[in-house]
Amino acid sequence: MLKDITLGQYFPGDTVVHRLDPRTKLILVIVYIAALFIAVGYVSYAMMLAVTVSCIAVSRISPKTILKGLKPLIFIIVLTALLNLFYTGGEPIAQFWIFKFTWEGIKQASLMVLRIMMLISGTFLLTYTTSPIALTDGLEKLLNPLKKIKVPVHEMSMMMSMALRFIPTLVEETDKIMSAQKARGADFETGKLTDRAKALLPLLVPLFVSAFRRADELAVAMESRCYHGGEGRTRMKQLRMHSRDAWALILGAAVLAATIVMNVYGL
Amino acid sequence: MDCVIRIEALSHIYSRGTPFEKVAIEDINLEIYKGQMVGLIGHTGSGKSTFIQHLNGLLAPTTGRIFYEGADIFASKTATRDVRFKVGLVFQYPEYQLFEETVYRDIAFGPKNMKLSEAEVDERVREAAQFVGIPEELFEKSPLELSGGQKRRIAIAGVIAMRPGVLILDEPTAGLDPSGCEGILQNIVDYRRKTGSTVILVTHSMDDAARIAERIIVFADGRVAMDGAPEAVFSRADELLAMGLDVPAPTSIAKALRQKGLSLPDAIYTLDQLRDAVLALAGGGGETC
Repeated sequence: MLKDITLGQYFPGDTVVHRLDPRTKLILVIVYIAALFIAVGYVSYAMMLAVTVSCIAVSRISPKTILKGLKPLIFIIVLTALLNLFYTGGEPIAQFWIFKFTWEGIKQASLMVLRIMMLISGTFLLTYTTSPIALTDGLEKLLNPLKKIKVPVHEMSMMMSMALRFIPTLVEETDKIMSAQKARGADFETGKLTDRAKALLPLLVPLFVSAFRRADELAVAMESRCYHGGEGRTRMKQLRMHSRDAWALILGAAVLAATIVMNVYGL
Repeated sequence: MDCVIRIEALSHIYSRGTPFEKVAIEDINLEIYKGQMVGLIGHTGSGKSTFIQHLNGLLAPTTGRIFYEGADIFASKTATRDVRFKVGLVFQYPEYQLFEETVYRDIAFGPKNMKLSEAEVDERVREAAQFVGIPEELFEKSPLELSGGQKRRIAIAGVIAMRPGVLILDEPTAGLDPSGCEGILQNIVDYRRKTGSTVILVTHSMDDAARIAERIIVFADGRVAMDGAPEAVFSRADELLAMGLDVPAPTSIAKALRQKGLSLPDAIYTLDQLRDAVLALAGGGGETC
């Protein structure tokens, strides 16, 4: 079912990870991704794994939820593993037909898989623990300096929060229209690829019509509440950095520094 | 009477095995008879929408079975698909499902999916449009250009065109003005009279249910709370009110009059009955109108 999509879903909670300022979390995720790509050897991977696992533990998001988020990407993960397994040079330890197994290949493949999984888990942790509104607010604040060079930061973040807000609505709508067309004998599941693409028409047309209608209504609702862009707009919920944000950033910097040092020594 | 749909121990649980698990309907046992006009009433979230989506196989039961004319509708994939044409389901706000370029082609969508011949499709489209009062001049218009009430009629025609043995309508009058409601209800009554098909009307308007249904099924908390003839169901006005449901306006007027000391009969749920009862009282007093 479409309802089972977890991408970008927010799980409310009251842990340190939840309470961190969204700006801190955004910066930390960027630092985390950078650290993952700098890490080369077993030691740095072990450290990154420890960091990831402890962040997940602190956030009290169940590991099951994280694993479920990884499910749609299984194809990419398996493909990466296979490519690395067979296309890395080195001393062969076993051979079937054209497939050579090498220690280097096995090492490379498992590290790559681990890297992708950590990459995804880390970014999921951000969206699982931060409400979409907080996330876009944080993004807007972080990108604020770009306003000086005429980048429409406020407009972009407003569009983003609206898009996020309407994903569940559109999913629900899609479900409804799909059921209605199935009730008239539409078949979305069987047939050739071209038939299936054609079968989507009865779904897409009403979906677009209602999306445009909704956009129109939203624009009217916003204008009748005097929305006129970001100029001079104040916020009800001000973003404020706390001491925990400072600590988190220091920790993040320490991890990044550690991976750089390890990279130099090839650990 | 012939049983057309039989429901046995039907339960449905949403998102089973997750923290969002929710029991929508539980242990429903019902028999729907051929040609019956059934009013299905219940509060928002009482499970009536979940229930009707089982009747044409859109939702598969968590436990329990459903039979259409004696055959299990989940016996095979083809059986489930075929039952969609036999049990026509008109969703709430069906006008949002219109997608074709012309009214004609939209109504023809269902019959075409049944793989009928061109001539047969044409006949059914014209017949269905006639039932809902859509004139043939509108056939070549885009359905998106028409008014809300007309769009809804076209959507209903799209289901009627499949000539289902059972027609289920989920709140067909929601959001329409009184004359629009009246028109659609009349269309449904006429349709049933002419074709003899079974009709299940999901509604929370007690007045609509009282006016056209022969049998009323009340859903509460995912279970069947009451099931019977309108007079039997509406005579239990206090229980209905306790469930947060209304009773038809004539019933509550009769109740108020009874409290004022008038001896009106129990089973009053339409305006005609109320008028007759009051006139009978007046007549009994020796006066004529």
